[in-house]
Amino acid sequence: MNTPTAPARPKIGLVALALIAAIVSLDLLRADPVDPFSVPPPSALGSGQAPSGAHCSAG
Amino acid sequence: MLTRRLTLLAAGLALVAATFSWAGPRAAFLVAIGLGFGLVLEGLRFGFAGPWRTVVAERDARGLVAQLLAIGATAAVALPLLAAAPGELAGAHAPVGFAMILGAFVFGMAMQVVMGCGSGTLVNAGSGNLVGLVALLGFIAGSFAGTLHLDFWTGLGTLPVITVQGVAGDGGGLLLTLAALGLIGYAAASRADPGKRLPPLRLWVAAGLIAALALLNLVVAGQPWGIVYGLGLWGAKVAEAGGADLAATAYWASAANAERLSASLLTDVTSLTNIGLIFGAFLAMRWRRSPDAPAAALTASSWAFVLLAGIILGYSARMAFGCNVGAFFSGISTGSLHGWVWFAAAFGGSLLGLRLRGLVLVPRRPAQVEGVA
Repeated sequence: MNTPTAPARPKIGLVALALIAAIVSLDLLRADPVDPFSVPPPSALGSGQAPSGAHCSAG
Repeated sequence: MLTRRLTLLAAGLALVAATFSWAGPRAAFLVAIGLGFGLVLEGLRFGFAGPWRTVVAERDARGLVAQLLAIGATAAVALPLLAAAPGELAGAHAPVGFAMILGAFVFGMAMQVVMGCGSGTLVNAGSGNLVGLVALLGFIAGSFAGTLHLDFWTGLGTLPVITVQGVAGDGGGLLLTLAALGLIGYAAASRADPGKRLPPLRLWVAAGLIAALALLNLVVAGQPWGIVYGLGLWGAKVAEAGGADLAATAYWASAANAERLSASLLTDVTSLTNIGLIFGAFLAMRWRRSPDAPAAALTASSWAFVLLAGIILGYSARMAFGCNVGAFFSGISTGSLHGWVWFAAAFGGSLLGLRLRGLVLVPRRPAQVEGVA
């Protein structure tokens, strides 16, 4: 008698990607749209701008 | 096989291109860096929770030494970079406090129950592990819940932020960091069984790639690699969509967090690398000739424990100012004392979690699956 297993990994992985897609889609509907003319420079180093401070270590 | 791999390659490039078109070059770079993290962590089997278990349970120090190598390599470049560009780059610096220590201890315990830390939960979910996916749902909810009470926890008492570079200067701080990492690595390797002391080539390569990606993250984002902030933000976004008013909460009312809450997720650096990491883990899993066997099915009560452990992981990581990535990896590699304290407390919790895992995760018996009483 075989030990029962969860569904196959590719299916679960696709469900995880669908979850992320759902969160991003929900956000795209509700959040302020990104202004393509005011996006930050490609790299923070050399930009002259301070980081956002939105990090796990910030209170 | 070739067709599938070309499709996976195209999917990865399409994700980066789509992010570029929606949110610009920095966002695209960060998603690409996240993809790299996912590919390396899953593809080269570089983990955090697993090596903490094997160093204790199997006297195998190879994974832990690889972690320390990655942190040391990152610190060797990150600390001089932070000193050179203080107005553009910030370290993962947080205060040591009662709640921070408690949070790290609880996080270490929970990560052994679900066998996944901050990065590990994302990797496990992306690579098709159902335990990881269920834990991720809990992690998102828990890290959001943690933001609602963070002011209470920090109010219990914290020290000022202390960094090694603040104590010993820029050069001295780096030397202290490398010396401490070397000492811990030596102690772990000395205790390990012969043949389990130094990492194999795979882990050396992985450690180098993780360090390179972490440095790219710092240079592009202006702040170190993190996980938990993004997950808490996702939870907050979902809660707001469900009608919650977060403007009255201390955490989300602060200027930086309120801005993130109203702006697109595609402008949040941690969310972008998290998305890339999950996608990268999926690509690495599908790249293999045959994916790993699926996880064993669990009893209903065990799934409830996995969800609860995910919630605890998220909540405790918020209390502790980060998980194994934001606090342990990025905290230590950018000189924060809280990273070292997090390591000690979480390792203690991990020892307890190893004992709990066998008690709460019970595989389902075949008879139950077939409906036979």
